[in-house]
Amino acid sequence: MTWTLVFVLAAGAYAFKVTGLVILGGRTLPPVVDRCLALIPAAVITALVMKDTFSTGRDLVLDARAIGIAVAVVAAWRRVPLIAVIVLGAAATALVRLIS
Amino acid sequence: MSRDEHPLWWRDESLRPMMVACLTLSAAVGVFGVSFGVASVSAGSSVLQTCAISLLVFTGASQFSAVSVIGSGGSFGSALGGAMLLAARNGVYGLAMSRRIEGSLGLRMLAAQMTIDETTAMSVAQPDPRAQRIAFWFTGVALYFFWNLGTLIGALAGNALDPTTYGLDVAFPAGFVAMLWPLLTDARARLAALLGGAVCVVAIPITPVGVPILLSALAVLVGVRRPREVAS
Repeated sequence: MTWTLVFVLAAGAYAFKVTGLVILGGRTLPPVVDRCLALIPAAVITALVMKDTFSTGRDLVLDARAIGIAVAVVAAWRRVPLIAVIVLGAAATALVRLIS
Repeated sequence: MSRDEHPLWWRDESLRPMMVACLTLSAAVGVFGVSFGVASVSAGSSVLQTCAISLLVFTGASQFSAVSVIGSGGSFGSALGGAMLLAARNGVYGLAMSRRIEGSLGLRMLAAQMTIDETTAMSVAQPDPRAQRIAFWFTGVALYFFWNLGTLIGALAGNALDPTTYGLDVAFPAGFVAMLWPLLTDARARLAALLGGAVCVVAIPITPVGVPILLSALAVLVGVRRPREVAS
């Protein structure tokens, strides 16, 4: 993490917020744009899960993290609170590393 | 103004349940802030950088994404690109909120920083414009406080730990799983998630680090078709 990135991230994130709220104001977007934008979190967050679980740099790997994520998925499915999902996932991974 | 409205909003009985809900939500998000703090320092950011990100960027998913991509060796551009894809929805929230937020330009510029998932959700859930406005500001201020306090606590705690020993490197993906779950309520979102994940896995060995995250956004093209044409 560099300070330049911290500030560019801040400026970029704020630019989106201020464009919607202050600059464009109460206008509406074409329905097709609305529909596509609404799907960004599902697509991108799933990709982040895949990257953080099954890769190290540019290599696809299967290790203790996969067990942790499997536990996290079950926890999320059982509607366990967010912080507990994280703790369970981390604990399962740590346990697998300990015994393997 | 109806008769039962107290002129001082914080003494208005009719707004109490909303304020309790906002505070509860904000405190819960503060706990998530702790996990951001831990994950961010585990991925190589300093405590000061971690706190600056929460103070200045103030939009959870983008923060997690940027720190995660940088932590796995991604470039400046790919970290920024992924975070901006996730920040784009705040612009859409801004469009929806602009009718509800009145006041001077300065006040609206301040409101913009607080235009995120939680403030928008709490505001639009209220029955009348006054309650919507109060819910937005109340949630915004409470959330800003708890998110940044949580980040500081997490960053200080994470700094003292070795990330892999306690499985803290899984804090990111496990947190993402928890964020993802409520999004998968409709068939299109599930399809977009499936495609986004698949594109990422295929792209990991063949593109530079961070680029698979950008490519996964192509899955939003699922939304081009009208809802009734997509079989679920």
